[in-house]
Amino acid sequence: MLNVNIVRVLALAAVLGVAGCGGGSEDAPAATDGATEAAPESPEAVVVYSSRAEQLIAPIFAAFTEATGVPVEYITDDPQPLIARLQAEGENTPASVLLTVDAGNLWFAAEQGVLQTTDSGALNATIPDYLRDPEGRWFGLSLRARTIVYDARELSADDLVGYEDLADPKWKGRLCLRTSKKVYNQSLVALMIARHGEERTEEIVRGWVDNLAIDPTSNDTRLIEAIADGRCDVGVVNTYYLGRLQRDNAELPVGLFFPGADVGGVHVNVSGAGIVANAANAEGAVQLLEWLAGAQGQALFASRNLEFPVLEGTEDDPVVAAWGDYTPSDQPLVDAGRLQADAVRLMDRAGYR
Amino acid sequence: MRLWTLPALAIAALTLAPLGVVAASFLTPSGEWGHLSRYVLPEVTANTVWLVVVVGLATLVLGAVAGWLTSVCEFPGRRFFSWALLLPLAMPGYVIAFALSGFFAYGAPLPSALRDIGLALPDPSAGVAAACCLSLTLYPYVYLLARQAFGTQGIASLEVAQSLGMSRARGFRRVALPLARPWLAAGVALVCMDTMADFGTVKVFNFDTYTTAIYGAWFELFSLSAALQMSVLLLLLVVVALSLERWARGSARYATSGRTQGSKRIALNGGRGLAATAFCGALFTFAFALPAGQLVVWGVASLDGEFGARYFEYFRASLVLASFAAGMVTVLGLLLGYSERRAPGRLTAASARVATLGYALPGTVLAVAFFVVVAGLGHALTGVARWFTPGVTITLTGTLAVMLFAYAARFMAVAYGPLGSAFERITPRIDDAARGLGATGVRLLTRVHIPILRGGIATAALLVFVDVMKELPITLITRPFNWDTLAVRVFNMTVEGEWERAAIPAIAIVCAGLVPVLWLHRRTDGAGGN
Repeated sequence: MLNVNIVRVLALAAVLGVAGCGGGSEDAPAATDGATEAAPESPEAVVVYSSRAEQLIAPIFAAFTEATGVPVEYITDDPQPLIARLQAEGENTPASVLLTVDAGNLWFAAEQGVLQTTDSGALNATIPDYLRDPEGRWFGLSLRARTIVYDARELSADDLVGYEDLADPKWKGRLCLRTSKKVYNQSLVALMIARHGEERTEEIVRGWVDNLAIDPTSNDTRLIEAIADGRCDVGVVNTYYLGRLQRDNAELPVGLFFPGADVGGVHVNVSGAGIVANAANAEGAVQLLEWLAGAQGQALFASRNLEFPVLEGTEDDPVVAAWGDYTPSDQPLVDAGRLQADAVRLMDRAGYR
Repeated sequence: MRLWTLPALAIAALTLAPLGVVAASFLTPSGEWGHLSRYVLPEVTANTVWLVVVVGLATLVLGAVAGWLTSVCEFPGRRFFSWALLLPLAMPGYVIAFALSGFFAYGAPLPSALRDIGLALPDPSAGVAAACCLSLTLYPYVYLLARQAFGTQGIASLEVAQSLGMSRARGFRRVALPLARPWLAAGVALVCMDTMADFGTVKVFNFDTYTTAIYGAWFELFSLSAALQMSVLLLLLVVVALSLERWARGSARYATSGRTQGSKRIALNGGRGLAATAFCGALFTFAFALPAGQLVVWGVASLDGEFGARYFEYFRASLVLASFAAGMVTVLGLLLGYSERRAPGRLTAASARVATLGYALPGTVLAVAFFVVVAGLGHALTGVARWFTPGVTITLTGTLAVMLFAYAARFMAVAYGPLGSAFERITPRIDDAARGLGATGVRLLTRVHIPILRGGIATAALLVFVDVMKELPITLITRPFNWDTLAVRVFNMTVEGEWERAAIPAIAIVCAGLVPVLWLHRRTDGAGGN
């Protein structure tokens, strides 16, 4: 009798599974019932595996579909499970595009062979060299600047120099950092290794640890709040976290400082994408990437999360525009991926938790 | 080999296949062990042992005391607390952690107000904060099972003890508590496995454990093989711990003495009643009321942009998955229990042990390993199918059937805990008596076994239901397109740190979890009292 129950449950589940695939959702008005079932005259859907959050991509995909008629389907998950999934699916993968945040993840995806080389004149022309893979397997689509914030009641921009300076004993008991578990800090340290070498970088990181006012915070928002609460004077965060808090509270007593070109400029990372090695719809995938890097896509892509566009001349969100111009460090981001594991080991050694 | 061994083997295979993928990592040597063993493992091992011991003890005390009070005693507010104390079960642990950490954050209203009047709250260390949060979210596992144990035999055993001249306190310690052991042990075992595999809560407090080290090796050092190898060591630890508990219990058997209806609850009067109310009230406040209140505050702030018609879809997906998984995993758990009864032996015992290991693996590790198995199966079937029909592709991934099997691999322990304890109640003598009276086969099952197992079945189904409502890694990797659950919505919000906007889907999860919690309470509160 129990066996019969299982069969029934499974049969029902299978029926529901089919029904579930057909269901639409508000966030994906353009989604169709699957690439294979589309009518011959309408373009084939592009399937995107994304670790960029749904609310940041769904409206942009909708705009893309409206502009080009090409439908987009997507699944969100963390970057590493998505990469493992692409490997497991191999040539059977329904995906054509991998969209993720952080150069480290993009570099790793390329290393694992799940991305293919794309030679697109439009992408190469729009996106500066240092923001894409030298072999054309991934392309940065928005810039995420990791810079210095300070207590505007105690300090002014003149008191600050750059990331390395925060290791100076004058900041003892005044520095806040986010956990070294976050990939943003790993990329920052990886690119410091590329510039200064391991030895010097380890000195700097040890200096940071010595200067900490409180235990590393679990996220950037908590760090900014700690500065606002007067528990520390300086910290390092991604600008859009400050932007969100400023949008809610214009009186926030926290200032933003961009390190100048003389000390190497502002550390930037990207959110970006590449075309999947066994892409079912490589043509549509290239079309999507080129559109995202074009004027229309760029105007939407970065601003939804208060990030910076990669395309010169794209208008910024007012909150972002108020921060003024900055000089990004033009170190090739591929180094952030290549040296990420070294950076993690270095921070472990230096006792940066 | 007896016929009844087969279901046990089949169920164990669900977990064994992904475990095989994990164990295969030893074929790929990892170069990270030198670094890990020097700079990472010593600290995270100490942290993990500390966390598991503290959370295990805390949930044992909280769950057993609250379970005893609400199922055996009578005090002001008992009826309310007996179901309200189950509510934290419906809340994702990492959400409670974030809400509580928001509530007690340095700049939050309460700590600021306290500082203004000169009362600084101590800044808890990351470990203490994580242990508190995990204890508050996980005690309901012990509470639920403790209620089952005490509710069916608590008062009767105490009455017997008192009739033999023991004081009430001594009777509780010497008789009622030891008799509840399989239930309490099953609950604490679930808590310990959950604590070891937890990633969401410890991450909120930046507390490094063995599981964060596993994810670190994978996500940060890009060494999947090191991560999987560490997972195998974690599992070995769990197997040793569970075997030790079994061994310590020895050959003791736990049969119920008979019906306990008619016994009266112990009335706690005056100060003792107040103390009971205060204890349950404090537990309810910190585990549910405070975090829920914080969620409501955040939810109201983000209501406009966030809440919409698509919540109907999230709700539907969550409810369908959770109820089907609850049904399926409970049935499989029953089959497993029956196999152990009908074909006792090493093979079935080992199968049951393996089948329940999925709960101790870090969620994403199991999810990816399961996906690898299913994708591999798809490749193999495609290869066979192409002999007959060239060009055809068989994809198993992205079907709800696969999702349900994956949930079964993950949550078998959750169902088997309460079921296994309940099975201990069906003694061979009960079977003999029933057969003697002519009840065999289906009749034996429906007239004798199911009534005895009812509390265990309901508990198992509820636990699986709420766990699937909250589940993330498996849902994320196996779900079909456009099949997002409420938990997936929480994920999409928190992935960019927008915790406040995650409040609405989190509240929706709690509401959806309320229904089965209340249902279970109605089904089980009758036992052990008026």
